[in-house]
Amino acid sequence: MQYLVSVIDDKSNPGSTDRRPAISAFNERLIAEGYWVFAGGLADTNAATVIDNRGEQAVFSDGPFVESKEYLAGVWVWEVPDLDVALNLAAEASKVCDRKIEVRPFQ
Amino acid sequence: MSDVEEAVTRAHHDEWARVVASLTRRFGDLDIAEEAAAEAFATAVERWPADGVPPNPGAWLTTTAVRKAIDRIRRENKRDDKHKEAQMVYDNTPPEPLGAIDDDRLRLIFTCCHPALAMEARVALTLRMLGGLTVPEIARAFLVRETTVEQRITRAKAKIKAARIPYRVPAAEDLPARVSGVLAVLYLVFNEGYLATGPDTDPVRHDLTAEAIRLTRLIRALLPEDGEVAGLLALMLLTEARRTARVSASGELVTLDEQDRGAWDKALIAEGHRLVRERLAAAGVAPGRYQILAAINAVHTSARDIRDTDWSQVVALYDQLVHLDSSPIIALNRAIAVAELDGPEVALAAVDRLEDKLAGYHAYHATRADLLRRLGQSQQSRAAYDKAIELAGNTAQTANLTRRRDQLR
Repeated sequence: MQYLVSVIDDKSNPGSTDRRPAISAFNERLIAEGYWVFAGGLADTNAATVIDNRGEQAVFSDGPFVESKEYLAGVWVWEVPDLDVALNLAAEASKVCDRKIEVRPFQ
Repeated sequence: MSDVEEAVTRAHHDEWARVVASLTRRFGDLDIAEEAAAEAFATAVERWPADGVPPNPGAWLTTTAVRKAIDRIRRENKRDDKHKEAQMVYDNTPPEPLGAIDDDRLRLIFTCCHPALAMEARVALTLRMLGGLTVPEIARAFLVRETTVEQRITRAKAKIKAARIPYRVPAAEDLPARVSGVLAVLYLVFNEGYLATGPDTDPVRHDLTAEAIRLTRLIRALLPEDGEVAGLLALMLLTEARRTARVSASGELVTLDEQDRGAWDKALIAEGHRLVRERLAAAGVAPGRYQILAAINAVHTSARDIRDTDWSQVVALYDQLVHLDSSPIIALNRAIAVAELDGPEVALAAVDRLEDKLAGYHAYHATRADLLRRLGQSQQSRAAYDKAIELAGNTAQTANLTRRRDQLR
């Protein structure tokens, strides 16, 4: 069972910026235990562009317009047997990243 | 009620959770388990009057429910290959190792009370899957619409399936935290029954308190070594023992100091005291909040009248509780005991410090009103009663507060 594990940061109350070594160590462990599928940190939301090609021509715009103060800062994909395993790892991940974590199963 | 009807009712009470739990293990699907269990009980209602009550109703119901489930899966999955079907007919699951911890019902409890589900969903799902309550019964108990309950249950089941919430007793290291989640659900059900909210409902809902006690007894049977489970059961029993003395004939809440102690249920008190003594004798882990609350209730139920109460022990127990749980409600209850030990003035000072956190809570104002009354400050007391009446949701409580306010000069 695969889960998308999102790291959520908060614009008005951001997590600390010195987490990289801890996250690397945590990733090593995920790999060693066979849970790691993919991971990546995301650039700031300012670097994002939104494409809407549902009309006659593609429209490119600056965005997304992050109205909420929370935004996606990075993702993992984990392969684990069930939600309990994912939640235990996610609790650890939240400490390691100093940020909130969302766990969502793939369909 | 005829003998057969009685047997069906008893079987529903005793066997529902076991049937649902064993089918959930076998088919891995709460919907199938619940529907098949319901069909099996409907079949029992039809068949038992003619065929007689089977010698082992639980086994009969499980076998019937398994057949119903297989029929249903066949109907819904006509294109399924033979292999899959054969697997369903012949139970290949290895026999479960015996021992309390492996009971199917225990897995079901942990699934229904999983922390990834919203609290209201956990309550509804637990009452449905383990208590066997119908959706209308749950809706009535919590004063919400049936469609709301239905939605909560459906959504929770969908999340269990899609997110892969496991049907499993948590690992030893996760167990204490997860048991506390289960106990929170049961305590919530009990409290809703003991101090029911809403203008049109009975002030005490015995159906809910009884169901909470029944499920807690079940958990205790499954986890006999857990101190907090024993503590919660004792707390519920000692509270339930006072139920009939708690509301007067005219529907008014009778507070502890005015209750007719002769009307308390002696058998429940004896059982509650036995559990508290058992916990006091247990060495090792420090008692959790339910054990301390049970001990406080044991002190109250040991006293012949309110003056006889060992208030210094009550305050000492609250001191212990404050250590574990810094919630302002605990601090408020401690202050009520302090009033008996050190006088209303000391208590009022402690209560007033809680204003920021408890200004919207009826018991805060009711406590202040009572302390101000005892200090002879009638006008301020009246204002506090007014505020408490405005915020109280329980009919018997409102009646009690109104009478006390109107007695002020």
